[in-house]
Amino acid sequence: MRLVILDEYNLASEWAAKYIRNRIVQFMPGPDKFFTLGLPTGSTPLGCYKKLIEYHTSGDISFKYVKTFNMDEYVGLPRDHPESYHSYMWNNFFKHIDIDPANAHILDGNAPDLQKECEAFEQKLRSWGIDLFVGGIGPDGHIAFNEPGSSLVSRTRVKTLAKDTIVANARFFGNDLSKVPTMTLTVGVGTVMDAREVMILITGAHKAFALYKAIEEGVNHMWTVSAFQQHPRTIFVCDEDATLELRVKTVKYFKGLMHVHNKLVDPLHSMKDYKN
Amino acid sequence: MPSNKSVSDAPITQFINCRILKEQELQSEDLWVREGTILNPERLFFDEKGYADTQIDCQGSIIAPGFIDVQINGGYGIDFSLATDNVKGGVSLVAKKILAHGVTSFCPTLVTSPPYIYHKVLPGISVQNGGAEGAGILGVHLEGPFISQEKKGAHPEQCLRSFQTGGFQDLLDTYGSLDNVALVTLAPELPRSQEVIRELACRGVTVSLGHSVSNLSQAEEAVQQGATFITHLFNAMLPFHHRDPGIVGLLTSDQLPRTLCTHGMIADGIHTNPAALRIAHRAHPTGLVLVTDAIPAMGLPPGRHTLGQQVIEIQGLNAYVAGTKTLCGSIATMDMCVRHFLQASGCTVEAALEAASLHPAQLLGVSDRKGTLNYGSDADFVFLDDSLNVRATYIAGEQVWKK
Repeated sequence: MRLVILDEYNLASEWAAKYIRNRIVQFMPGPDKFFTLGLPTGSTPLGCYKKLIEYHTSGDISFKYVKTFNMDEYVGLPRDHPESYHSYMWNNFFKHIDIDPANAHILDGNAPDLQKECEAFEQKLRSWGIDLFVGGIGPDGHIAFNEPGSSLVSRTRVKTLAKDTIVANARFFGNDLSKVPTMTLTVGVGTVMDAREVMILITGAHKAFALYKAIEEGVNHMWTVSAFQQHPRTIFVCDEDATLELRVKTVKYFKGLMHVHNKLVDPLHSMKDYKN
Repeated sequence: MPSNKSVSDAPITQFINCRILKEQELQSEDLWVREGTILNPERLFFDEKGYADTQIDCQGSIIAPGFIDVQINGGYGIDFSLATDNVKGGVSLVAKKILAHGVTSFCPTLVTSPPYIYHKVLPGISVQNGGAEGAGILGVHLEGPFISQEKKGAHPEQCLRSFQTGGFQDLLDTYGSLDNVALVTLAPELPRSQEVIRELACRGVTVSLGHSVSNLSQAEEAVQQGATFITHLFNAMLPFHHRDPGIVGLLTSDQLPRTLCTHGMIADGIHTNPAALRIAHRAHPTGLVLVTDAIPAMGLPPGRHTLGQQVIEIQGLNAYVAGTKTLCGSIATMDMCVRHFLQASGCTVEAALEAASLHPAQLLGVSDRKGTLNYGSDADFVFLDDSLNVRATYIAGEQVWKK
């Protein structure tokens, strides 16, 4: 794995956005060659999305030939509810860029047959393949909604949320527990493992213990992000605070490699360079 | 990228680089329009997988809902209270001219007149949509003749009437028909006004109190019967008194049902002192409706002109009953009123814009499709610069006026 450590949240967001930008631009997507991107929600990736929007506004990157696949969505929440992941993606990303709506895929939590919806989504992912899957990590080490105990070879499916998660989410639903969705549709650990490349964004001290469990302890279904120790191309992008539970030796080692990591984002490529 | 067109073939326009008035604030959002109404872009994206056919760069303009003027007596030489042979033509001329002021809907107003005037003029004015030909008509505003003699203002005394004898029938006989009438101003202290107000309200006509010497309890009674507006607050009514606030007291009365009174204000810098504007705004900010009360001379050069049955004289920005110092209406345009209100009351830009759009729409019960930029509303809006000067006017998504 690569562990990329930046001083603080904004720098980490920017590094991640630069990496995604370089990957897409250098891929040179076109009408017959789409770049497939897996996307997360939550507060962690907001800075990264803002930066990507900036790069789009300045003309350095286009999402015209990019297909996106989101990791998860609540079950039973109206699609235009302000807390749905559809709303999140529209407001924080899609409405600011030039992505073709037909290429933006998000699980439908209101599908009449949830099982079929998950299977169809999994099938879509399989047939397209994901070039880069961007994800986050929960304080309990989960990726997407693969809560502790989820199989490390799981696929897209319906998951019931843990009580902790429901309570944590209540703040978005007027602190009314009865209004919080209890089920979600989520990609599985195995689904994300199939991606050609994975990038996990982890910022903040409250994620530090999860990061420690994910990369310094063994592969364990109680901390599902640990599965990526067995993925050939994973990058963890984090800020200083997220490294607080790691061994000093680990942090020093990877900080020492920053000059190598930075070659991935410098030089920064732009669509403008490839106009011809 | 052409739009998906799975739901509709109509072209979609996206207005970018603008700030739109939404949910009481100016938001940096794009405005989407299709088939003359405001489109929900999120639904378009996810349901139809569609996107814009055309993008229009608004260059940082503020986009506000089109202004709605519920009290305008004419303009550019046209007098709505005059029984000409071409009532329709006259109204259309004004409708077209006021597009330049950001007005997209209005209520042609008739002042106190003899019955034959109403019978001749009213059939010539009908509720209609706006467009390139001019602002839309939401209905006629009949200001008088059932008003107080002491507070007639510029209205001709000999034409004042009461409904003492026949109640509502007297009103119907005077006007002839209420078919295209949106708003009636009357004085609630007149005997039998309660039944008249009730009957008007039942028929969906908005009732306003004005040109009156009523006290607070008479006014409250009128509101309980269904009146919902005060015509040009402070003007042509008893002044506020701390032991009997009169009609002005409705602003903060505790005797009224939830659907409270709104009040019209002429913010032309002449009819109301800025301090009075501020008092009204602070006492009841969500009820303030800006009106021009513009007279036929609006848009014309200084001199003598006709209003209803009387002659008026313009001196600078003031219009008086000829030979007196009685104000008889203003010649300020709607956008001037918005700017003046903003500056005089110290309110927010959003509040000033809502006073000219959302509040009049709420008054007339049309806020589901006018007066807002909510999804599904009619795409009537104005582009404004930061000083609230009108840059362009749109009706049903089409540009109908440009600076």
